[in-house]
Amino acid sequence: MSYLEYRVQTVPSGFRKILHLNWALIVLLVAVSCFGFLMLYSVAGGSMSPWAEPQMKRFVLGMFVMLAIAMVPIWFWRNMAGMAYGATLLLLLAVEFFGVTGMGAQRWIDLGFMRLQPSEVAKISLVLVLAAYYDWLDLDKVSRPQWVLPPVVLILVPTFLVLKQPDLGTAILMTAGGGIMMFLAGVHWLYFAAVIAVGIAAVYAVFVTRGTEWQLINDYQYRRIDTFLDPANDPLGAGYHITQSKIALGSGGWTGRGFMQGTQSRLNFLPEKHTDFIFTTLAEEFGFVGGISLLALYAMIIFFCVVSAMSNKDRFGSLVTLGVAAAFFLFFAVNMSMVMGLAPVVGVPLPLVSYGGSAMLVLLAAFGLVQSAHVHRPRSKR
Amino acid sequence: MKRTPRDSDESVRRISRRAMFLGGTQLAFMGVLGLRMRFMQVDQADQFRMLAEENRINIRLIPPNRGLIFDRNGEVIAENEQNYRIVVVREDAGDVDATIARLAQLIELDADELERATKELKRRSPFVPVTVADRLAWKDLTVVAVNAPALPGVTPEVGLSRHYPLGSDFSHVVGYVGPVSDYDLSKLKNPDPLLQIPKFQIGKIGIETKLETNLRGRAGTSRIEVNSAGRVMRELERQDGIAGQDLQLSVDAMLQNFVQARMEGVSGAAVVMDTHNGDLLAIGSSPSFDPNKFVRGISVPDYRELTENTFRPLADKSVQGTYPPGSTFKMVTALAALEAGVISTDETVYCGGYKQLGNRRFHCWRRGGHGHVNLQKGIFQSCDVYFYEIAERVGIEKISEMARKLGLGTRHDLPMSAIAEGLTPTKAWKRANRDIGWLVGDTLNSGIGQGFVLASPLQLAVMAGRIASGRNVLPRLIKTVNGVETEIKGGEPLDINPNNLRAVRKAMASVSNYQRGTAYRSRIVADGYQMAGKTGTSQVRNITAAERARGVTRNRDLPWERRDHALFVAFAPVSAPRISCCVVVEHGGGGSTAAAPIARDIVLQAQFGGLPPLSAYPRSQRGTIQSMRENLNLREFSLPRDGRIRT
Repeated sequence: MSYLEYRVQTVPSGFRKILHLNWALIVLLVAVSCFGFLMLYSVAGGSMSPWAEPQMKRFVLGMFVMLAIAMVPIWFWRNMAGMAYGATLLLLLAVEFFGVTGMGAQRWIDLGFMRLQPSEVAKISLVLVLAAYYDWLDLDKVSRPQWVLPPVVLILVPTFLVLKQPDLGTAILMTAGGGIMMFLAGVHWLYFAAVIAVGIAAVYAVFVTRGTEWQLINDYQYRRIDTFLDPANDPLGAGYHITQSKIALGSGGWTGRGFMQGTQSRLNFLPEKHTDFIFTTLAEEFGFVGGISLLALYAMIIFFCVVSAMSNKDRFGSLVTLGVAAAFFLFFAVNMSMVMGLAPVVGVPLPLVSYGGSAMLVLLAAFGLVQSAHVHRPRSKR
Repeated sequence: MKRTPRDSDESVRRISRRAMFLGGTQLAFMGVLGLRMRFMQVDQADQFRMLAEENRINIRLIPPNRGLIFDRNGEVIAENEQNYRIVVVREDAGDVDATIARLAQLIELDADELERATKELKRRSPFVPVTVADRLAWKDLTVVAVNAPALPGVTPEVGLSRHYPLGSDFSHVVGYVGPVSDYDLSKLKNPDPLLQIPKFQIGKIGIETKLETNLRGRAGTSRIEVNSAGRVMRELERQDGIAGQDLQLSVDAMLQNFVQARMEGVSGAAVVMDTHNGDLLAIGSSPSFDPNKFVRGISVPDYRELTENTFRPLADKSVQGTYPPGSTFKMVTALAALEAGVISTDETVYCGGYKQLGNRRFHCWRRGGHGHVNLQKGIFQSCDVYFYEIAERVGIEKISEMARKLGLGTRHDLPMSAIAEGLTPTKAWKRANRDIGWLVGDTLNSGIGQGFVLASPLQLAVMAGRIASGRNVLPRLIKTVNGVETEIKGGEPLDINPNNLRAVRKAMASVSNYQRGTAYRSRIVADGYQMAGKTGTSQVRNITAAERARGVTRNRDLPWERRDHALFVAFAPVSAPRISCCVVVEHGGGGSTAAAPIARDIVLQAQFGGLPPLSAYPRSQRGTIQSMRENLNLREFSLPRDGRIRT
């Protein structure tokens, strides 16, 4: 559907849009973020600085960004999709040349007032451009090979740039996110079966080429995989993160050690306790009850997104909503798997909880798109 | 472009189907995450909780106070002295070099120590305190404390270190402590974790090492919470240790001090024993050394001085040194012969200056001989021929048996280092250790305490004590442990005819009380304090027939190390013996001239519990004694003495 086909008259206008926002989703986002503030306050030893306060400010800013995006009709964002994608590619290229190196990788561009992580932006613009592509594409062409190829290219170009930074975590998330978009759009399942088969073969190849001139990934990535497979063989080296993280998580028990009583995080045994490993602090201090509550909140966010998407007759809006939900899911699923020792350590933050400006802003902006799709969804005639 | 509504519915249906599938998969994965969380946090919680505790809690040991050592009257022999030191924490000091430079302007810093400390400061974590100066005077410590504002990160500290206030008096008995060495650790199977504490002191020799387990005590523990870098966050729990047990020795520090002072300048040993219960009242070895130097870490020149000294200050001659007992052994031969019935107390043996055995002559010390000699004369004149004769009659086996009965040839059970066993030879022993079997000549030589016989001053004092008391007294060095009196062992009557013992005692009394006795010059004239004894002069060289023909070289004409050992064993008072004593002066010449006067002074001192009046000495000698006393380097004792012998 083009915007001309929207029954614009049935879509709320002006400030009435606020009443039609998906408020349940907003409440859930605020709730999850509050978990984040609490934990950042705790890992700083009971202090608003250095993490909790900036995080709150960014959250407020992010909420305004979300509302602003939500107010703008969804068809405007659909028309912007291509430009957003192009801009993102330029940003990723810029990182190559002007990026700031942090934690052994070039990931940031210093904008002066904030540090922008283009790879975060890339995830969302990829969702946008794929949704726009499949909105434009005739339904019966979706599974034809010549129409399957363009989205694959759209996915692989930014993935390649992100991989060069190097940021394995984001690269995996982008590929997976893009794949999910294609799956949702209705690409035939045989393609996915084929890709999974190739993927298995690739993993095999990665291990076989190790140590040769043809090795496919960096040594540190190999080490992370080794450590994931057996953290105990290097407890003070590379396995330290996983081991300490599991200890913190496990020692939480049913109800945890109490707010600010987590010894693992308070005594610095936990690495990256305010970013990638923040979930362990939560699990240590609030136990199983705390951890499962956060997981439930995340599940509800996904649920409301899926419900919103299924009741949305606009293909673009529906795809964007599901794409954002899928990206969001991948974020926390990978992060939690990582801290629980189910996945290797790849630098993926816990969405809305981990300390980090770009991730927070980009995520809230993405939920702005979800809100916009929700507010501007086509309504049946009464 | 336009699409029909049908397309749109179809698209919605297709997306919905796939969205349902995807949502289901996501839910399933979240279920897995939830289960994993449950498994770790509920099922395995205890295990992880334990690991977290291990991470966070360190146990730090608090060293216990080492047990004190007192003499029998409560005089402190070994104590724990406060040791002032200065530690620097790099993190607080800021510019370490500048801080140390400022510190060096205030107090004198040892260059070596400083170099070690600077290295350690660079190597260790920034919050670990490093000692830069040790064993400071109180004055230096106050200087540092007053200037604290100018010295960031510099802290004065107080620790405990062993100190021996009586200096060299007890170095051979008590020994000393020192920092634990790798060698010490290698000797232990399960070393006490305490020993890993840097600069922890452990007994190295003497009582300090033999009773280490009593003295050390048990470590206290402090449970501390540390962060991942090992920095101490807070103390969670403290459990105080158990201080080491205090020991009280049987030794009288004042008598010990007198013994050491009296023997200054000679190489030898003296042992004084209570004949009733075996308490060792003094156990001195001369020359001695300052154990405090070893505690601090002795300097190379100081140590070389000790090892290169011909008088061997590091050797404890009282229990480690063994000497041919010479004539002091004659009581053993006499008692063996009397018990065997091969001679009676009155029977005489003719001494013509030598005893012929085959084609060999065994000479008496007096060339002209002693004429007719009975037991008493044999002892107070120390006639060798008499003892050759009775030794030949009784045989070596019975002599050695008697020697062992009197405490020779056995290792007495005392907590001192390297206690010698001595030697009471038997035929079996010689067969096992020498190329040729036992000869009658060996018996003759052994009969006068020469040849193979070896005894330590301790053993000879025990021998004198057993003869004096007629009982099997065993030496005791530790009077109480932790305030509890130790068991007095032995003391049962000896299996020797009391009449024979009485005869030997009477003969010993005449040695130093009868005008013709060999130690008459060293008599005690104070009534009730008289001493009985026996001189001994043991050869350390062979006298050839040629030398004998031209006249035996006199001791003072020989180099020191070839002179005879001088020995004297004694008990007192004659009427009712309370103490026994043995004095050995290495290469001192004659027992009557070198050892007996020392023994008399010690015996008097022991009986009086302090310096005896000059009237206890023969009138003619009082002037010499007076001047000798003035030269004695005695320590002042303030504690009241117990009137051990007479009150």
